This record gives sequence, C-alpha cells and structure tokens, in this order.
Amino acid sequence: MLQDKRIFNRDLQDKLLFGAIWAAAAITILFLLWVVWHILSNGLAYVSWEFITSSYTRIGEASGIWAMIVSTVYMVGLSLAIAAPIGIMTAIYLTEYAAPGSNVVKTIRFCTESLAGIPSIVYGLFGMTFFVTTLGLGFSILSGSLTLAMLILPVIIRTTEEALIAVPMSYREGGYALGSSKIYTIYRLILPSALPGIVTSIILSTGRVIGESAPVFLTAGMVTQIPQSVLDSGRTLTVHLYKLTQELFTQHEWDQAYATATVLIVLVLLLNMTTKFIATRMSKS
Amino acid sequence: MSTASKARAQGLQLAPAKNYDWKEHFFHLLFLASAMIGVVSVATIGWFVFQEGLPAFKEAGVLNLVFGREWLPPALYGIFPMIISTLISTAGAVIIGVPIAILTAVFLAELAPKWLADTVRPAVELLAGIPSVVYGFFGLVIIVPAIETIFNIPAGNTILAGIIVLAIMILPTVITISETSLRALPPVYKEGALALGASHIYTVFKVLIPAARSGIFTGVALGVARAIGETMAIIMVMGNAPAMPGSVLEPARTLTANIAMEMSYATGIHSSALYSTGIVLLVFIILLNASLLFLNRKRSY
Repeated sequence: MLQDKRIFNRDLQDKLLFGAIWAAAAITILFLLWVVWHILSNGLAYVSWEFITSSYTRIGEASGIWAMIVSTVYMVGLSLAIAAPIGIMTAIYLTEYAAPGSNVVKTIRFCTESLAGIPSIVYGLFGMTFFVTTLGLGFSILSGSLTLAMLILPVIIRTTEEALIAVPMSYREGGYALGSSKIYTIYRLILPSALPGIVTSIILSTGRVIGESAPVFLTAGMVTQIPQSVLDSGRTLTVHLYKLTQELFTQHEWDQAYATATVLIVLVLLLNMTTKFIATRMSKS
Repeated sequence: MSTASKARAQGLQLAPAKNYDWKEHFFHLLFLASAMIGVVSVATIGWFVFQEGLPAFKEAGVLNLVFGREWLPPALYGIFPMIISTLISTAGAVIIGVPIAILTAVFLAELAPKWLADTVRPAVELLAGIPSVVYGFFGLVIIVPAIETIFNIPAGNTILAGIIVLAIMILPTVITISETSLRALPPVYKEGALALGASHIYTVFKVLIPAARSGIFTGVALGVARAIGETMAIIMVMGNAPAMPGSVLEPARTLTANIAMEMSYATGIHSSALYSTGIVLLVFIILLNASLLFLNRKRSY
C-alpha cells in the first residue's frame, strides 16, 4: 500500500514538473514572440523607402532616418576598422606565438575578460572624459567608435581565438615541413581556414555596435545631421529611438518610433541569418 | 661579455642572419603589441575611473557617498537609493527570469522534439541581439500602461516595470548558456540514471541540472551582469527619481541610469560623483565574478 502511494506521488510530481517545463517554455516563446510581433505589426506599415532615405527635422514633417543610418554605418565601419585588426592580431599572438599558460597569456586573458565584464555605461563615462575631453576629439563619430572598439575587442579576440584553435595542427606542420616561415604559414594557411570564424566574430561585433546606445550618446552625441566626417557628431539608430520615445505626443511620433524599432529588429534578423549561413557553410566544408 | 659577442670572438656565428628572420621578428612584435592594447585599455579605464571618482570620495567621504540617502547635486551626493534600486531590480529580474529560463533550457535540451527546438533556438538567439532600447520601448508602450491599469496608479514608470523588462532581457542569455551546458553533459549520466529506473523528469532534476550546475551558474551570472549593467531600457521604464523607493510600485533610479542621465551636463565634483557611481557599479561586477568563481570552484569535482 505504502509503496503504491509513493509511486503515485512520484508520478504526480513528474507530471507537475513536466507541466512546469512546458509552461516555462511557452511563457518564454510567447513573450518573445509578443515583443517582436508588437513592434513589427505596428511598425512595418510605416517603413517605406521614403522613411529610410529622407532626412529628419525635430519640428516639421520630415521624419526620415537616413542621417541615423549613415551615422550607424560610419560607427560600425570605424569601430570595426579599429578593433578587428587589433583583435585578430591579439588572437594570433595568443594561439600561435605565446607559450600556453605563460604569465603573458594569463595577463592578456585576464584583461580581456575584465574588458568584457565592464558595464557599457562605464565605457561611456570613460569615453566621454578620455576621448571627448582629454584627447579633444569632441562629441564625434571618432570618439564613439574608439569607445565601442574597446567594448567589442573581447568579442573579436575570443571568437577569433576559437576559430584559430579549430584549425588542425597538421596545417601548421604541413606548412613548416614545406619550409614556409611562420608568418607565411599563418597568412596563407591558418588565417584562410579560420576565415568563417573570423567573419562570424565581425558580424557579432557589428550587432553589438548597432545595439549599443548609452556609451554612444555620451561620446558621439545625438546631432541629427548627416556626419560630414568622422569628427562630426552623429546620432545612431538606437539613440534615435531613445530620443523619439521621449517625445511620444502625436500619432506621427508613435509611428516613427515603431518604424525605427522595426528597422532595428530587421537589421538584427539579417545579421543573425548571415551568421547562420556562414555557420552552415562552415560545417559543410 | 654577452653570449653572442663571446661566440663572435671565438669566430662562431650563432644564427644565420637571413632576411626572413627580421620579418618573423617584426610580426611577432606586432602581434605582441596588439595583444598589449587590451591590457593597456583595461589599465587606462581603471586608472581613469578611479582617478576621476576619487575627488568625490574625498569631498563627501566614502561612507556618506555610499550610504547617503540624498542625491541633490551640487550639495549632496548620496547614492544609497540607487544601490538599493539596482539590487531590487536585479534581484526581481533574477527571481522571475531565471526559473523560467532554466526550465526553458531543459525544454530545449531534453523535452522538445528536434524540429521545435531547432525553431525556438534561433528565435531565442535573435532576442539576445535585439538592442536594449527596443526592449525599453516595448516596456514603455506595453508594460508601463499595464501596470498603471492593474495597480490603478497614476504613473506606471516603476521598479516593477524595470523588473519585468530586465526579466525578459536576461532570458536569452541564461537560456542559451544553460542549454549548452546541459547538452555538453556526457550521455552516461542520463543513461545511468534511466537504467537505475529513474523517470526522465527525475533524471533531469536530480542528475542533469546538478551536473550542469557550473554552466548554469555562469549563465545566471551573465544574466545578472546584464541586468546590473543595463541602462537605456531602465531609463525608459523606471521613472528615474533619485529617491529611496518605498515599494516596487514607485519610480526609482539605478546606478547606471544615474550616470547616463547626468553625465552630459555634469562638471567638477558632480562629474566626479558620477565616476564614483561607476566605481560602485564595477565593485558589484567584481563581487559577482568573484562569487561565480567561488561557487564553481567549491562544488566542481
């Protein structure tokens, strides 16, 4: 009798937990679908070619986001141009040159981890004092990009390192056996075969740059003009959405906010699909 | 006399001085120099943040600043209300988000049919990449009005709104890392438990989750770090009043929001006080990482 009861209880417990797991998964999926659906269903109708390519004025009819797109592209390009070479060369040093477990490696690892752990607002704080004021770069795309370059450096280093480690040892041995120098082997054999991983790291960082807002408005400012050079201030898409939400008075402003959020979600979706595409191609080869 | 010159004196040549050697050397140094940029960055950030934060600590006193309850620049710089708001909003987000996230990870790793898991996983990854202002916007248009209606209060910009937005935002981080660590377990754990007659659910909760504990802790810690460090979404939904909150239905300002809101016009000691806010924020992150190290070291065998 006693045993029967215990088995019954255990069955019941199993069922309850089983239900809890399904319920949790359902909550997650529904919430996430709700966020995306709510933004897209309210925003897609207002995303038009005109919205994307026309300029924006605070007061008046012009409400396009072209200047913000240009600023975002500048920001992504410049941050990557600064961080990608440094990150990739750091990863090469860590995997190909440094003695594993040495103090140099430990120091570099520790610092990279620390960089990854610093909250982005602290980068903004630092960037504003150091790049904007101390170095006198002002609120500019350059100040913003330098700040974001520090922020994405750990992502690039870690992902590139993984890609380099995944290159089989035999490639290196083969290179040396044929008499190639170390740098030639790295350049002609190791880097090409690690390329998909390196591209992935760059796409991941692109997503980070597009998504950041707090460190951006503290260093790049929020001027709505198309930046003429990297020393001009500019407003990225995320900063624009933030500013729009502070002025939600008319229906027109609501539509703009939804449309901007939609553009951001579509961008993230495109980046995700590109990474997936590279990953599947990588696993095939 | 160095080894090289001694050798040369004896008429020996140590290494053939060929051109490519110089090239090798150059690139080796170049890569090392790049690797040092990360180190220099951390040092510069650390030095600057502490250097700039110090005057406020000196002026107001560490205890007055950390435990002061009034933030009235340029007279009083007490950030205790912000510390409390940060802790409450993070704890709330963890209490709501983490159980849901871990159970969802179990769902993806153990229960879901392959096609469903393969559909849900990319969706979760997409959500990890959505900018925080978009979550803030969603909170502003959906969650804030909902709180106004449900609790019948004049303004829904409250800690509760922040907690809900943060709970959604940490889901993807915790789910992805927990699922990876559950999947990384050797299959013998599950096979052994099932062979002993344990049910699938019993195996999941008594064998698999405990075994994947260190990975799950890491996921939770990253989620907590995201919640502590989140700025824009919080500014958009939490009301930003720098006063001590009386309940979760009151507006509040977190440490990150304090920096973001006032940095653009702060000068002198005010600006320094924002840096000390940043120092307190960094201390939280360091404590978080230290406790993660401790938890994972203590129980991994």
